[in-house]
Amino acid sequence: MAVAAKDLTKDYQFGFNDGEVYVFKAAKGLSREVVADISRRKSEPAWMLAYRLKALEHFQRRPLPTWGADLSELDFDDIYYYVRPAEEQGRTWDEVPAAIKQTFDRLGIPEAERKYLAGVSAQYESEVVYHSINKDLERQGVIFCDCDTGLREHEDIFRQYFGTVVPPNDNKFAALNSSVWSGGSFVYVPKGVRVEIPLQAYFRINSESMGQFERTLIIAEEGSFVHYVEGCTAPTYSRDSLHSAVVEIIAQPGAHVRYTTIQNWSTNVYNLVTKRAIAKAGATVQWVDGNLGSKVTAKYPSIYLMGEGAHGEILSVAFAGDGQHQDAGGKCIHVAPNTTSTIVSKSVSKGTGRTSYRGHLKVHPRAHGVRSTVRCDALLLDESARSDTYPYMDIEADDVEIGHEATVSKVGDEQLFYLGSRGISEQEATAMVVNGFIEPFTKELPMEYAVELNRLIALQMEGSVG
Amino acid sequence: MTGTLTPVATEALEIEGLAVEVDGTRILDGVDLRVPRGEVHALMGPNGSGKSTLAYTVLGHPKYRVVAGDCRWGGISLLAQTPDERARRGLFLSLQYPTAIPGVSVVNFLRAALKAHGRDLPARELLMTLRRELEALKMDSAFLSRYINDGFSGGEKKRMEIVQLAVLRPALAILDETDSGLDVDALRTVAEGVNRVRGADMGILIITHYQRILDYVTPDRVHVMAAGRVIASGGRELVDRIEREGYDRLLQAAGLEPSRLEGAGSAASA
Ligand SMILES: Nc1ncnc2c1ncn2[C@@H]1O[C@H](COP(=O)(O)OP(=O)(O)O)[C@@H](O)[C@H]1O
Ligand SMILES: [Mg+2]
Repeated sequence: MAVAAKDLTKDYQFGFNDGEVYVFKAAKGLSREVVADISRRKSEPAWMLAYRLKALEHFQRRPLPTWGADLSELDFDDIYYYVRPAEEQGRTWDEVPAAIKQTFDRLGIPEAERKYLAGVSAQYESEVVYHSINKDLERQGVIFCDCDTGLREHEDIFRQYFGTVVPPNDNKFAALNSSVWSGGSFVYVPKGVRVEIPLQAYFRINSESMGQFERTLIIAEEGSFVHYVEGCTAPTYSRDSLHSAVVEIIAQPGAHVRYTTIQNWSTNVYNLVTKRAIAKAGATVQWVDGNLGSKVTAKYPSIYLMGEGAHGEILSVAFAGDGQHQDAGGKCIHVAPNTTSTIVSKSVSKGTGRTSYRGHLKVHPRAHGVRSTVRCDALLLDESARSDTYPYMDIEADDVEIGHEATVSKVGDEQLFYLGSRGISEQEATAMVVNGFIEPFTKELPMEYAVELNRLIALQMEGSVG
Repeated sequence: MTGTLTPVATEALEIEGLAVEVDGTRILDGVDLRVPRGEVHALMGPNGSGKSTLAYTVLGHPKYRVVAGDCRWGGISLLAQTPDERARRGLFLSLQYPTAIPGVSVVNFLRAALKAHGRDLPARELLMTLRRELEALKMDSAFLSRYINDGFSGGEKKRMEIVQLAVLRPALAILDETDSGLDVDALRTVAEGVNRVRGADMGILIITHYQRILDYVTPDRVHVMAAGRVIASGGRELVDRIEREGYDRLLQAAGLEPSRLEGAGSAASA
């Protein structure tokens, strides 16, 4: 596996390694001591330490899931669970250690911040090293900070919601995150406030065998709106790294939360993430989830539609190249009446890449008048590529309207010939067909991200045509 | 042939003894044809005679395997080149059944095509050019943001091919039954489109089995294809002859049995 991952480095432009930068690095492996040390270094209240240790027990007790992607090569003892990159968090980029700032410069973050973002958070290894938020938003009471700061400075709100959407015993990786979490984002949008410009978090793993366990908690009060965007990359190493995040969203009545991810980890990263949202009456939650990178991704963003008239959308795209497995999907749980949901999944497999769609649609007995549509489309670029769908439906109410459609297609010779007859090379033509295929996804992204995504797809196509 | 003795005066598409197989079946059986830049030629023939096969082969569709003969443009063989290389050398094919590419807008499609041809127009100029050419083909500019050929009617697809022809201005264009399935008004619009781009810079091979389009676009020469070969060549009068007699007499003269050919004899009656 290590060899296959290395071969891919030529296509992965974010695989550069700026050398190791840290002020503290815990010993490899996971134990009560490591967990207690993380908590002590963060000067956390006692309840959080207790919470972490309990979660650790869950993690240790639970077996590795075997129903999904192959995780048998994942070695939990060969991982650094906490690496502190800097003493202090920067409020300006000048306060960030030069080597780290250089990494984010190369990733174009400060530039993006100047151009089109209302707030930026940059996490490097285990900690957020840079943070900024638009002053206007701050004045309106919007909180956007790393989760550690959230706990320290807004403990009452934090404690009220933390772990209520994804409890530590939810699954093995949620338990892992709950025991060693560090960094991530804490977002609070007060009643009626609309954050019109996206807030962006950027996650970078830099060292080998690193484990990154950020924790994100978003609370959108009544009638508010926020769009949160996250991106992530890592250098390519022959040893595997682990990224295991937990994201919790609470959309209060009438609130609207959109959460966009462009995941582009290097192909030596296990990306095992739990993302879940609660939508109260009349609220809307949208997961826009793009998975390009990683060795293995297991991620099924879910929405619990708890209040009447709530609406959920999960729009995901997965791209699996040689040796990659994107096990993605979505879950919508309709608890309240007259709730609606849409799941659209687009996957592209190339070479020996493998994509799976795993979905769960549940309608509770009391949830009458539910409408939901599920659509999964897979595109295969090579004979050796693979795609599977596991749509699971569990409908306990009567008057529901459910639509389900799934297609598998190949990039057709006719399409490539047609583009070729107009002078377009096979490589570019393939990228155009793929970008066309995921266009329903791309058009939901802010323009800058759409352009970047199309560029990344084009890069993935390079060298793919003999 | 005299090709080796006479220097090539103008660029031309030269097809010599071309034999082609599809999935192991011989479809073209020694096609000879020459279309110089600046001339308009018509290629007629009953259904199934191999006209589309010839068009696809000239552009290099991978399904068509050349087993003998050659196909040159400007004196250089095309056979080793990929479709996109051929297109960049100035070849163009208006497809009998244009392909839809969901998610790729007409603007993006044509921008990429122009860029491939070394003409990366600034956005404003690109949009102006495209709007102008759409208008000439009586198409709404709303087509710019629609996905290429996706959900287009048959007639819209054909007109879109001519829009592309006008935008790309190739040195040699093959129009494969661009006229079929069009009503009288659409046919005239398409014919006008072809006449507008026609000129000393462009060679055009119009594939059709009706004379209708040739009433509007007068060909310099006419060829008739049957059973994978060109069985007759001549001037405009050949069109009138086919119109009067059907293909039977030509087929008989070439030693082919008319009854065995699908569509033979009825081609002129439509
Ligand atoms: N895959 C194939 N295998 C065998 N014969 C084929 C295949 N595809 C096309 N043909 C045959 O090739 C002949 C020529 O077809 P075509 O070039 O489309 O003719 P035209 O355009 O003149 O109507 C037809 O008889 C058709 O049935
Ligand atoms: Mg044909």
